[in-house]
Amino acid sequence: MAKKMDFTNAAELLEICKKRRKTISEVMLAREVEKFETTPEEAKARMLKTLNVMRESVARSQTEDMKLLGGYIGGESKDMLRRIKEKGAMSGMISRASAYAMGVLEWNASMGRIVAAPTAGSSGVLPGILVALEEIYEFDDEALVRALFNAGAVGYIIGRNATLSGAEGGCQAEVGAASAMAASMICELFGGTPDVCLAAAGDAIGNILGLVCDPIGGLVESPCQKRNAMGAANAIVAAEIALATDGRTLVPFDEVVAVMYNVGRSIPYQLRETALGGLATAPSVKNLKPGSACAACGGCK
Amino acid sequence: MRELSVFDIIGPIMIGPSSSHTAGALKIARVARMLAKTKIVSAHFQLYGSFATTYKGHGTDRALVGGILGFETDDYRIRESFQLAKEAGIEIIFMEMEMETDTNMHPNTVDIIVTEEDGTVSSLRGASVGGGEIEITRINGCEIKFSGKNNAVIIQQIDRPGVLASITKVFEVFDVNISSMSVFSKEKGGAAFSVLEIDGHLPEVGMEALLRQPNIVSAVYIKVK
Repeated sequence: MAKKMDFTNAAELLEICKKRRKTISEVMLAREVEKFETTPEEAKARMLKTLNVMRESVARSQTEDMKLLGGYIGGESKDMLRRIKEKGAMSGMISRASAYAMGVLEWNASMGRIVAAPTAGSSGVLPGILVALEEIYEFDDEALVRALFNAGAVGYIIGRNATLSGAEGGCQAEVGAASAMAASMICELFGGTPDVCLAAAGDAIGNILGLVCDPIGGLVESPCQKRNAMGAANAIVAAEIALATDGRTLVPFDEVVAVMYNVGRSIPYQLRETALGGLATAPSVKNLKPGSACAACGGCK
Repeated sequence: MRELSVFDIIGPIMIGPSSSHTAGALKIARVARMLAKTKIVSAHFQLYGSFATTYKGHGTDRALVGGILGFETDDYRIRESFQLAKEAGIEIIFMEMEMETDTNMHPNTVDIIVTEEDGTVSSLRGASVGGGEIEITRINGCEIKFSGKNNAVIIQQIDRPGVLASITKVFEVFDVNISSMSVFSKEKGGAAFSVLEIDGHLPEVGMEALLRQPNIVSAVYIKVK
């Protein structure tokens, strides 16, 4: 049987969407069914389970008393939500999504259960936005599951044609990819066409092109946590622009992905997850030892 | 190139903080657990490169111990794996090693040595190569290569004519498809290793049949799914 729903890049995806009058999420779901011996019901049920793990990672970051492995960060998400509650959000969706995204990174660093989306280091962006979306706009499970298939299609195109690894492509390949996935997913939820979705995805990566990966102490804590907050905010901005302008943009998504890959390869290796450059070697932190939270926990002794 | 599923991108579901240093490390140790036929009484971990320098901050140590205990990558018991290993009577030792410069060593590498209650010692070397993917590069001193993604049978054989035919015959008889096969031999006519990745599952009687073949020294079944 010919593989009707498979695609290798954004151009092919858009062609299938147009020819069959389908959304990106519908094509991605059909591709999954076609290639991986599953049914639409099974695949959607598994995605709902994934969504629930994302929701739980946000919720537990707000309720648990977390002990973070490195102790470089901790409590920032709760602090921000407290301020939102007391003083009001500076910008509704963005404030909440970015606060939640930070929380997931705290939960991740305390050995919480998360969904790598696409990686553990960028695991805050999608849950942060999804939970904010369901709180503010009251999207239901079905819509959010659909959104995740859309996001998966964008991540797949980046992973297949470039990279999703900070060691290979810097932070632009992790938080940048997550941000692109989220931007596209938001557009589909708000009725954007596949063209609009991919324009938003391309702009999201374009906005943070070249972002380096420079984890302090080599750990997935800082600056990863706040970069996830930025990734969420960037996705919302890119989505809103694309929705408002009917996806007007100069560089098509496939070209943005190719550019991202080439830029990633030209980032010096000191700035690709090795902790040998960037913020990781700033004077105030370069000799930092894992902090008090680690000593208090003692779990590794 | 392996096809990516939507659940490779939106997933895996895992205990944090790092797909390579936590989830990948656990998967390597799960393969080491498979090498033991009886109860494991001790596990020694020798850490290299980034594993050696950042393992505590990534929970790599707890993940490795969790792998020896057979946990999945999303199991909260990974957090208490040291205590659980103690309760299971498994001695745990960690050592930080210098990177080997003469081998082409991946920066996230670990050697694992497991001892069973009957005194049998097995060892492997594995690398966590990114995104939770792993590569096993050495088993019981022999250089091999496999990804731990599919079920695999690792066979030690004497390098003689016909030995491979008798191996593949067994898989044919048990109707198990071999998806990839690699042979690693040290010297002609001497010890050699075969790594056969398979679709599906080889039953216990299949393993017994393999061991009855001439020139087969030993066989280990690595069941990952």
